[in-house]
Amino acid sequence: MAMLLEVFKHLFKKRATLMYPFGDREKIPVPEGLRGKISFNRDLCIGCGLCARFCPSGAAELVEDEKGKRPIFHIDRCLFCAQCEEVCPRKAITLTKTFEIAGFDRSNLVVK
Amino acid sequence: MSFSSSYERFFDIPIGPQHPALKEPILLRLIVEGEHVVAADVDVSYTHRGVERAMQERNYIQNIYLAERICGICNVAHTLCYCQNIEGLYDVEIPSRALYIRVLVEELARIHSHLLWLGVAAHEIGFDTLFMYIWRDRERVMDLIEEITGNRVTSAINTIGGVRRDIKPETCDRCLKAMDYLEERIKYYKKVCEIDPTVIARCAGVGILKPKDAIRLCAVGPTLRASNIKNDVRADDPYAVHDEVPFNVIVYDTNDTLARVLVRIDEMLESINMVRYCIEHMPSGPVRVRLKLSPPVGEHLSRVEAPRGELIHYVKSNGTEKPERYKVRTPTFGNIPALCEMLTSKGDYVVNIADVPIAFASIDPCLSCTARVVMLDREKEKLWVGSLDRLRRWRGWG
Repeated sequence: MAMLLEVFKHLFKKRATLMYPFGDREKIPVPEGLRGKISFNRDLCIGCGLCARFCPSGAAELVEDEKGKRPIFHIDRCLFCAQCEEVCPRKAITLTKTFEIAGFDRSNLVVK
Repeated sequence: MSFSSSYERFFDIPIGPQHPALKEPILLRLIVEGEHVVAADVDVSYTHRGVERAMQERNYIQNIYLAERICGICNVAHTLCYCQNIEGLYDVEIPSRALYIRVLVEELARIHSHLLWLGVAAHEIGFDTLFMYIWRDRERVMDLIEEITGNRVTSAINTIGGVRRDIKPETCDRCLKAMDYLEERIKYYKKVCEIDPTVIARCAGVGILKPKDAIRLCAVGPTLRASNIKNDVRADDPYAVHDEVPFNVIVYDTNDTLARVLVRIDEMLESINMVRYCIEHMPSGPVRVRLKLSPPVGEHLSRVEAPRGELIHYVKSNGTEKPERYKVRTPTFGNIPALCEMLTSKGDYVVNIADVPIAFASIDPCLSCTARVVMLDREKEKLWVGSLDRLRRWRGWG
């Protein structure tokens, strides 16, 4: 009963719910420095393997390609803690603001 | 257990482990006589995850993120406790700007946790209007945490040797603005909880825990403070910069669920003032010192006042990059015996079955943090999870 007045006032106010994912995508606040999907720059990587060593969930896997050792990132295992970004000595790894990364196929969730 | 009654009829009602009224798996075994609960037993062991063992297999940096995932809602308290613990092994001085940011984020997390709890409690008593409004306002704190740390829930702000991100001046301004808004809203919710007949009818006189029982059963956090006992780790054993940031320890003397509601609301108001103080008095300087990966040999224990109560972490290091032993005691674990006391009718105090959900919710249970007793009989190669009843009757292995 104590909230009746408050409830009536809200009849004339804007809706608080964002209708995401059916709209209101642009209204979602995405702050600077959000830890989203990893992006990786192969040219900067020196293959030191620190990202794989410190990754808490095993999302960074060290593999060999024509230029030597390099990590690949399994986003389906990623915790978005940004520890790899922090330990990378060459700033080859950055976490972008992309957060809509759900998918039906795990092979799409690998960052190379 | 044996009882006698004029009816001589007791029913054993199991609530859980899967039940619509429960958010997490727990078995509440209630012995009822008619509508009254005469005894309660709790089995919290449905969510054992082996976190402590997993920590021994990972290095100290990876363990920050594992400790964070012991509990989603108190993740800041867990990482803070973990990082303090490991820093205690190194015996280093942490930059004071880092400590201020830690306290700032910790108090924001406390506001978010208490608002979440208040919404859940309103939902448990069937007052969904209050629940909706509270959770709408909680989004303001979540947005602030997201802006400061980079994620809404798992903040990953604390690290060994300080914090991972500095706070920007424009974020501070937005933070102060949000605090003004929240203060007004929380004061309004306090008024609602004090005068609304629904809240009073469902909370006043329900789940009574007398002060002497609270001490005897080692209750912690807001549950203890609602039983009129002044105990708060932030005041009794100050960590980070809690010795510099002023605040009052809130106590209420009615010992019931309503007191636990009001304790949490007043704590939020204290937290808002602490956030303001931290922003205004934040020193400049570095936010982190770099430390070696392997701490020296030794052991350390650290205590933090998590939103739910006293949280204890213990570490034993053998000089390698992985801990030899890690032990966590979460606040819900400390409150489970007190919960059994609340759910037991005694003399004039009766517990109805309908009061069980709100009395249970009043300790702010977080069970996935709690379950961690598994017993292993090596000779018979048998593994089982111990119930409270069995632990009470413990006579040794066999």
